[in-house]
Amino acid sequence: MKRLEHTDDVLAPIREKIQACIQCGTCTASCPNEFAMDFTPRQLWRMVLTGQKDAIFRSKTFMLCSSCYYCTLRCPRGLPLTEMMGALKQIAARENLAKHKQSILFYKSFMESVRRHGRVRESEFMTLYFLAMKNPFLPFRFALLGMKLMAKGKISVQIPSGQTEGNLDAIFRKAEELEGLKD
Amino acid sequence: MKYLYYPGCSLEGTAAEYNLSTQAFMQAVGAELTELTDWICCGASAAESTSYLLSLALPAVNLAIAENTDKNKDILVPCSACYLNLKRAEDKIRNDRSLSEKINMILAEKNLKVKGHTRVRHLLDVIVRDLGHETVQNLLKKPLTGMSVAPYYGCQCLRPYPLFDDPEKPRSMEPLIEAAGASVHSWDMGGKCCGASHINTKPETALQLVSEILKAAKGADAVVTVCPMCQMNLEAYQRKISSLCNEDLKITILYLPQLLGLALGISEKELRLDLNLSVTDTFRKKWC
Repeated sequence: MKRLEHTDDVLAPIREKIQACIQCGTCTASCPNEFAMDFTPRQLWRMVLTGQKDAIFRSKTFMLCSSCYYCTLRCPRGLPLTEMMGALKQIAARENLAKHKQSILFYKSFMESVRRHGRVRESEFMTLYFLAMKNPFLPFRFALLGMKLMAKGKISVQIPSGQTEGNLDAIFRKAEELEGLKD
Repeated sequence: MKYLYYPGCSLEGTAAEYNLSTQAFMQAVGAELTELTDWICCGASAAESTSYLLSLALPAVNLAIAENTDKNKDILVPCSACYLNLKRAEDKIRNDRSLSEKINMILAEKNLKVKGHTRVRHLLDVIVRDLGHETVQNLLKKPLTGMSVAPYYGCQCLRPYPLFDDPEKPRSMEPLIEAAGASVHSWDMGGKCCGASHINTKPETALQLVSEILKAAKGADAVVTVCPMCQMNLEAYQRKISSLCNEDLKITILYLPQLLGLALGISEKELRLDLNLSVTDTFRKKWC
């Protein structure tokens, strides 16, 4: 994966979008996942404003955003907070941060299945995820549900296959190219 | 009533019963659905977590296909995550010119162009505003008398685009449930988050959110959902959560068109209740 060209300034576009934050804490009070975070959303936005990149990406906070959009809905300054949580996840994914490996590989395995076929193949995606995680015990956590779904014919065993006709190679390539040009 | 239909990946697999019951219900009320040909994945929560441009370009491909098919028809989307991704792309394409140009540069790779002429609609929006509870009332064949139903809306059909209901205190399903002859289970969890894909990557956190929803649903005969992610989170982990919480939290979880379909006399077989992961015996006894 490509690395950002201006690594020092990765936070700049996010900072620009949340410049008007007044640190009221409505986001924190609205967040359903706040109980599991090490920094509250309000603290995280302060860290973005003050450019504490390392601390932000060491924290669990942004990856715990489940995109419920309560904070975006309620923010008195109308800031696109959920989308900015996404922007932080995108940076973590681009930089392949080990700390967030589980989520990053999960999302990347999903996207890989989409790239190959145009639509996600659920069991292929999970197989790719297990392979990427290199943890022999991980599949067991999903085994029971997987068997239930298979018994109902909702998923089938799919060995990861190469490209199919509907692959999205060209689209993925172009998007990556344009994002590399972003300043 | 004619719509373009975007089922999305889940409805081809783990949410097959949402697809089949939506089609059966829409047919029963006289609506016509034309599935988009060659639709692709909307990007789910994975695109948003890895690439900003892909998170818009993937849904935009589907909007472009819809524009080429029939730009006068609304695009009906049952999955809330797909709905939001498509809606968000529609919004950005209409309102952000430079972003729209970038998206079209990507779409050009597939010889597609998107102009922003489509209108993306959630299934619940279509049922509430185009059909209305009167339609359910008029076609009612088998009222769900004595049944108490908890409406669960989840997040992404209402936030951040609150187009057909109150995103803080949603109530749009209530007249539908009542028109089906059931009563509404009173709770304030309808618009709360189920944890979404955290169930896979941050299970402790997501299970906590789901357990709060299931606890609040106690006393209801069923919870109805309008999203495959919500449905899966609420139905698939009940045994685990019951043992974690040390109380019986098993409850029937149905998709909205399944519940309304039952009231319209569509057979359980056609609505594919056999594919749901949690339909309790008490529910069956009450309903039969």
